[in-house]
Amino acid sequence: MRKQRSAAAGPKAKALGLGIGGIILFFLIWEAAPRLGLVSDRYLPPASEVLARLGQYLTEAAFWKDVADTMTSWALGLFIATVAAIVVGLIIGSSRFLRRATHTTIEFLRPIPSVALIPLAVLIFGTSIESTLLLVVYASFWQVLLQLLYGIADVDAVANDTAKSYGLGRLARVRYVIWPTALPYLMTGLRLAAAVALILAITAELIIGTPGLGKQIALTQSGGAISSMYALVLATGMIGVLINLGARIIEKRVLSWHPSVRGEVVL
Amino acid sequence: MSPLKRIAYFVGLPIVLIVLWYALSFGSTNFFVPKPIELAQTLWTTWIGDRFFEDVLPSLGRLAVGLFFAIGLGIVLGLLIGSTRWLRNLLEPLLEFFRAIPPPVLVPLLMLLIGVNDSMKVAVIISGAIWPVLLNTVEGVRAVDSVLNDSCRSYGIAGFARIRYFVLPAVTPQIMAGVRQSLSIGLILMVISEMFASSSGLGFTIVQFQRNFAIPEMWSGIVVLGLIGLGLAIIFQFVERRVLHWYHGLKEITHDS
Repeated sequence: MRKQRSAAAGPKAKALGLGIGGIILFFLIWEAAPRLGLVSDRYLPPASEVLARLGQYLTEAAFWKDVADTMTSWALGLFIATVAAIVVGLIIGSSRFLRRATHTTIEFLRPIPSVALIPLAVLIFGTSIESTLLLVVYASFWQVLLQLLYGIADVDAVANDTAKSYGLGRLARVRYVIWPTALPYLMTGLRLAAAVALILAITAELIIGTPGLGKQIALTQSGGAISSMYALVLATGMIGVLINLGARIIEKRVLSWHPSVRGEVVL
Repeated sequence: MSPLKRIAYFVGLPIVLIVLWYALSFGSTNFFVPKPIELAQTLWTTWIGDRFFEDVLPSLGRLAVGLFFAIGLGIVLGLLIGSTRWLRNLLEPLLEFFRAIPPPVLVPLLMLLIGVNDSMKVAVIISGAIWPVLLNTVEGVRAVDSVLNDSCRSYGIAGFARIRYFVLPAVTPQIMAGVRQSLSIGLILMVISEMFASSSGLGFTIVQFQRNFAIPEMWSGIVVLGLIGLGLAIIFQFVERRVLHWYHGLKEITHDS
């Protein structure tokens, strides 16, 4: 172990270098393909053109307004879904009867693809932000709820019984026994939900036309502003990367006491 | 638990909900809320018959082809990338980026590159559903048990045999976890690609109903999509049980001890 650790600095730097090299290579190929005429630049503009357009976007207020719209529906939807899932999950999870009785209903509702609700959202809310919220909340709710239920099912029976015989009430047991056990699962659920929420927020904007980056992508595509469209796609990818990174950092912070995270640090 | 009690648990809540729905919508004239019986009838008349062969089957066909290639390519590329260190280091940040792009934005992009046709829709499904499988496989290959790995090496197991008897079984749990995510992403993309650019298929038909304010038909379409999702989940569970029965057994044993 020790030997690996001391040697890790070298390979790590090398891995980072290779990773950066991979990204540069990708952009070089992208630049070359349309320039050499392998793909028509009407469909795939060279990378430099797209990056220049992206740089230009970054200085435009309208672009940041779109980003703000998308991120608002993302954050709001994720928040509502998480609170709802935690409340429902703790209620269902605290009783064997409820867990059993709701099993089939949850298993039936969960796989319904949230995009099936698009027509319904259009019908009820039109192109306002509530349409996006409906899809985002529905999709991320199940991610969080299911992980939370797995977590509660994982509670150590002995620990629970011990808490009971020490006279801890129902609420105290939720706080001191169930919550710490379920927290790692909850964080996994949150991480998955954060990614899913972004997908659904963009989808709603793309298909329904609620304001945000997705709508802008659809507009640039139908308007033939191809390098703008590619620039926006890159921007959504970057937001996705930031969300994934942020979720992982928060997970590590919140679970710093947990063996699975502590283990990573020791290694 | 007695079988009777088990059945009661299984159907109890759904029956309560349906009865509740029936009771609440009984006298209602709300345009948006369908009644249970009406919905069941619409489901039958709308989707059984021509529409089943013209819209549902082609959609399912595209989904199946897309998922097949996404999973197959994901596993093969994942094994390749995962077992070659320099390739993994080279591609990892790039793959993380591609995974982070919300797959629906690829619909307008691929529409441009390929045109509006079946291969575009299949390409959309592949390009979105491949990432969970690919990245999970890479992750799994990287985390194979180092003792087993060394044992394989000292017994001279290499090349194809090593992949077939050591690497593949070791990463199957991860692959299956990826496949589960891929299935739902694939289904979402099937619907979106048809909603965005199509003149047939499930997604198109449902949006068409909504635009014409054919509300019961629209609801029945939502139910059909739900049933497809449910069907995929059941198939997945069945396959997972078969493929991973050794894994679940192992976990049970280690949990008991």
